[in-house]
Amino acid sequence: MVRGTARKIFGSVMHWLVVVVFSVLLAFPFYWMFITTFKETNDLYNLKNNPFIFNAKPTLEHLRLLFNDTLYLRWVGNTVFVGMMVVIITLLLAVPAAYALARLTGRWGQRLGIGIFLTYLVPPTLLFIPLSRLVAILGLQDSLWALVLVYPSFTVPFSTWLLMGFFKSIPKELEDAAMVDGLTRFGAFIKLVVPISVSGILTVVIFTFTLVTQEFVYALTFISSESHQMVGVGVPIFLVRGDVYYWGSLMAACLITSLPIALLYNVFLDRFIAGFTVGAVK
Amino acid sequence: MAMSNRKLGAVMFLPAILYVLAVIGVPFVLAFIYSLGDVKIASVGYHFVGLQNFRSVLQSPTFRRSLYDSIVFTVGTQIVVLVGSTILALALKDKFRGRGLVRFLILLPWVAPVSLGAIGWKWILDSLYSVINWVLIAMHLVRPFDAPMWLGEPALAMMSVIGVESWRLLPFSTVILLAGLTAIPRDIPEAAAVDGAGFWRTMFQITIPMILPIFNVAVLFGVIFTFTDMTVVYILTRGGPYDTTQVLPSLAFFTGVLGGDLAEGAAISIFLVPLLVAVAYLMLRVAHRTEVA
Repeated sequence: MVRGTARKIFGSVMHWLVVVVFSVLLAFPFYWMFITTFKETNDLYNLKNNPFIFNAKPTLEHLRLLFNDTLYLRWVGNTVFVGMMVVIITLLLAVPAAYALARLTGRWGQRLGIGIFLTYLVPPTLLFIPLSRLVAILGLQDSLWALVLVYPSFTVPFSTWLLMGFFKSIPKELEDAAMVDGLTRFGAFIKLVVPISVSGILTVVIFTFTLVTQEFVYALTFISSESHQMVGVGVPIFLVRGDVYYWGSLMAACLITSLPIALLYNVFLDRFIAGFTVGAVK
Repeated sequence: MAMSNRKLGAVMFLPAILYVLAVIGVPFVLAFIYSLGDVKIASVGYHFVGLQNFRSVLQSPTFRRSLYDSIVFTVGTQIVVLVGSTILALALKDKFRGRGLVRFLILLPWVAPVSLGAIGWKWILDSLYSVINWVLIAMHLVRPFDAPMWLGEPALAMMSVIGVESWRLLPFSTVILLAGLTAIPRDIPEAAAVDGAGFWRTMFQITIPMILPIFNVAVLFGVIFTFTDMTVVYILTRGGPYDTTQVLPSLAFFTGVLGGDLAEGAAISIFLVPLLVAVAYLMLRVAHRTEVA
């Protein structure tokens, strides 16, 4: 009995140790962004000070610099604009395609679905060189429209895959009943299937939006001027002047950008994972 | 009956497939065509040069170094991620107080934009103000002025980029494994325990075999995400010092985009393809097996 209790206590101590160590390791950079954001410059660059605490009064100076003297808000605006356009394009392409794969293409649906999913594996670092040429031919260099055109290439495949699973889970009888009542198949899709799939569609919206904010390679390749940049490239590249890093403002920008995205993503996480597990979990 | 299902299906599917062909298919083929030609950023026209780009790439010491670095980077990251995420997933499997908060914290590296997480690490690994060095000095483990240059010495720089890439991928791998673990019916490990199987025995003979398919999925995605990523390397080291952390994607970027040699850049990125094909094939096998089962 005693041995059992000892083992239980040991197990629970180990459990908490693992949880705490990993949480600290993984979340530490964000704590570090937070403390750097509000630290006075002198405090930040004094090696004698304990870096984990505020040795001087917290300051809003870095935030003031970020919002007043840099293009940070412009980059956020650019990102929101591109994000919304990409969401619209993704929905227009992926929702009908997913429905077709789930219901209308029969035996071929599953295979085409896997085929489209596999295109998600083709990385930007393979495509960016030819795409930079194509973007130049279209006259879209240094234009946000280049990103609007290219970004759906990584949101459409995954979204189609996610929605296909979602549509399959809707009972066929619902549409059959609606069609008996006089709706066409397409009418049933628009008036019945789409409205009851709001949560699946919302998942795709959030997924698309977060992927747009996380993208780095295409924005770095296609956009050259500072004012047209996306937040993911603008902050790490253009907030650095020559060799001078404004760490306070830099970390503030990282923190302010990351937290809302993290909160949003967290809510929808389980659905994304269901997409990634490719049916290896039932 | 206005339109047959099959026709309507084709019409609804067509826009997506045309778009994917135009924006993924066409550049994919173009990458091969470029790699066999002499396209520069400012040039017009195209001359077929056969395998010349590949020959010159293979002779370049920088390229060979990058290929080697890519492999070290990918394998190193996968080892750290798999060991770490397995331990973490097992610890998070059962409900406990505060699990929601813990989940939020451990997911941060994955959900925050990569480039911003990486720049955060650049500050943590700073040559002068590194907080890690401050702690090491405070603990008298290293002397001031002799503290490690995390991003400035070849071996340490490679360790650092592997560490940051692992930091980023660990949450992803953990949630995938968690999905697998929670899908195991609870009564199976319990029955094993009743039959006298201990923790390790249950682990190796029941839990691990049962989550093997999902383990494969985590590894396959992890390999692709690491092997084709240039963001972490670009932000932390730009491939330095002396190209000792240069990976294939970042070298393709420096050669093809910044250097303007589209042909050679394309030839470098083509070296990503064999691995992509292998992963796609294995992924199909996983999908197929679960379909049959």
